[in-house]
Amino acid sequence: MNTELLGVIVMFLGTLLLALPLGKYIAKVYAGEHVWTDLIFGPVEKMFFKVSHIDVRREMTWQQHLVAMLTINLIWFLWAMFCLVNQNWLPLNPDHIAAQTPDQAFNTAISFLVNCNLQHYSGESGASYFTQVYGLMFLQFVSAGTGMAAAAVVFNALRERTTDKLGNFYNYFLKSCTRILLPICIVIATVHIFEGTPMTFKGMDTMVTMQGDTVHVSRGPVAPFVAIKHLGTNGGGFFGANSAHPLENPSYLTNMVQMIAQVLIPFAMVFAMGFYLRRKKLAWVIWSVMTIGFLALVIPTINAEVHGNPEISKMGISQPLGNMEGKEVRFGARASAYWSIATTVISTGSVNSMHDSFMPLSGMNMLLGMMVNSFYGGVGVGFLNFYVYLILAVFIGGLMVGRTPEFLGKKVEAKEMKIAMIVALLHPFLILAGTAIASHLAAHDTPMGWWMMGADGKPLHATAWLNNPRYHGFSEMLYEYTSASANNGSGFEGLGDNNPFWNISTGIILILSRFVPIIGPVAIAGLLAGKKYIPESAGTLKPDTATFGLLILAVKIIIAALAFFPALALGPIAEWLSL
Amino acid sequence: MRKEFLPSLLLTVLCILFFSGFYPLLMWGVAQLAPNKGEGFVVSQNDKVYYKNIAQNFTGDKYFWPRPSAVAYNAAGSGGSNKGPSNPDYLASVEARIDTFLVHNQGVKRSEISSDMVTASGSGLDPDISVASAMLQVQRVAHARQISAEDVKQIVNKVKQGPLLSIFGPGKVNVLELNIKLDQIKQ
Repeated sequence: MNTELLGVIVMFLGTLLLALPLGKYIAKVYAGEHVWTDLIFGPVEKMFFKVSHIDVRREMTWQQHLVAMLTINLIWFLWAMFCLVNQNWLPLNPDHIAAQTPDQAFNTAISFLVNCNLQHYSGESGASYFTQVYGLMFLQFVSAGTGMAAAAVVFNALRERTTDKLGNFYNYFLKSCTRILLPICIVIATVHIFEGTPMTFKGMDTMVTMQGDTVHVSRGPVAPFVAIKHLGTNGGGFFGANSAHPLENPSYLTNMVQMIAQVLIPFAMVFAMGFYLRRKKLAWVIWSVMTIGFLALVIPTINAEVHGNPEISKMGISQPLGNMEGKEVRFGARASAYWSIATTVISTGSVNSMHDSFMPLSGMNMLLGMMVNSFYGGVGVGFLNFYVYLILAVFIGGLMVGRTPEFLGKKVEAKEMKIAMIVALLHPFLILAGTAIASHLAAHDTPMGWWMMGADGKPLHATAWLNNPRYHGFSEMLYEYTSASANNGSGFEGLGDNNPFWNISTGIILILSRFVPIIGPVAIAGLLAGKKYIPESAGTLKPDTATFGLLILAVKIIIAALAFFPALALGPIAEWLSL
Repeated sequence: MRKEFLPSLLLTVLCILFFSGFYPLLMWGVAQLAPNKGEGFVVSQNDKVYYKNIAQNFTGDKYFWPRPSAVAYNAAGSGGSNKGPSNPDYLASVEARIDTFLVHNQGVKRSEISSDMVTASGSGLDPDISVASAMLQVQRVAHARQISAEDVKQIVNKVKQGPLLSIFGPGKVNVLELNIKLDQIKQ
């Protein structure tokens, strides 16, 4: 069998095999049961809570959870802004990197806070080691912890009882970081260090090449950063080229580890829900729906990349490795194509090859992954997004059988539906409105003034942000807003996005598309938890069946297709037809 | 919100110390046990030290060439061309690379060229080329060095790496290792 394909299959099955025991472990952690890590981290957490005056026995309502979450997120934002605009004089800056401009710092701080990592800078020249470790890597831990804590609140609310007490936010948050993220990160970082990823605080090195050129080589504390970047589905690279960089991802082994790491917790959270609620069958139904969606995107993408670029075939050379523009030889086209879809269906957004140079239909599949945003989805939030679709499917299913819609013994009524609809419609609204404004400006080649200036300080025209003409240029803008709204962070990186226009517009989208899809599902779950529990009867719509799974899939496809097909037709589909 | 502020602030400070202080320090400790103490893998030749995983620019006929780079092999940055598959400028630059390759590699047929030699890598620092692309350059290198093509081919076979554990992923050749080996036979 083809070794490249075998590598991909093992990455997928390996993730599943690891996610099952991890899911069980996560369920135990959130249920407060005894686990082996109590011995190591138990005392540390106790000390943290004592110093912070936090009583973890105080159970919170869903509103109190949200207040605590938003408060601590605000503090993190201010800390990140402080790091970014002061990095020039703060310690650990051996490469003498300048401070980020306020609009760029705003975009960077927001995008790491919301687990997106859009990165309108390059790590080599735009962030000091202090910023990378104390600002950005810190946010990579805690933003993942926030998403997981929100999912834990929803798990708690789905239990078969009537209550408004849904556990303690700080407890869920800290344990997500200490019990789940940190131990696995230590393992991942260790593998990377021994495979050649740097872990040093010495700055850039200078070497004279064999031909006699003098070259500077950026290094840094990369290994620990790469570990949490993937495990927490953050995706922000230490270097500009992200995981395509031969120091950030030096071998096929590290590529497999990074790939498994980023999909691991999104898988495990689904199984964790199954163990936590003792509804394993429901977990498998949800996982299967997600997997069908994932495979429907990944298989055609691998196929398109393996067949290479028809425009290059016309030149008469051979493409035995497939479409290699923007890809690395040590990974090959198959592992790169698999990564491109995995990183977009979950909200990682790290890349091991340049998405801008993929075939048009591959680009469309990446866009679809982010547009649906819950075929697995990011740590914690992927489950929350799926939960919104689930509520919509329950409602539609209820109408079809002619009964009041119920989910796990709770009546779904008008208030919950309104929240679910707002969350479901916000995502296409932000993407399409943003893309419409940007394409209007580009189509008229509007002078941008302060909103976009060249290196010489002169204002530029809107088309200057495009790196490719025609349909592909449109795709670049569509991709940027889709990535922002999905909190993904990957990009068609040709887009010239480090200017106030893109920094500010995507920054605003990032805030909305992070917090509304967390607040919404937590509110729905909280409202449902307070309702009377109705035991299952013969007329109950059973959620843990294949039929209901298909219904969820249909709801997703209808929403995504109706909302996004016109935009996709103008970008990737038009480009594909023109090849 | 006011009630949550102080606990949130204190917890944040402790988390910064733990995840950004303790964790990287622990990994730094691990790195001291790794090859070259976690400062990147290096290879040395004649007292000169090179980074094994960072592609260098080779333009002379007597050296094997790496893949094209969108960042001119400058490892103080990194990145790809980000050109779309239908971009006319991009296609013209690929055409130009094919012509250059054919001029320098007499006897190689156009249809034999593997696309990895004429497309820019994702990082601009890709240290590897495919085995097929290395074999295509054997004649040129042997001719420029006045040695037999068989000897050069042997070096390629010695340096080339198979898939991980022989079963996962593609095979490849590290261009820097290849060129170091070549310079060694001269001596």
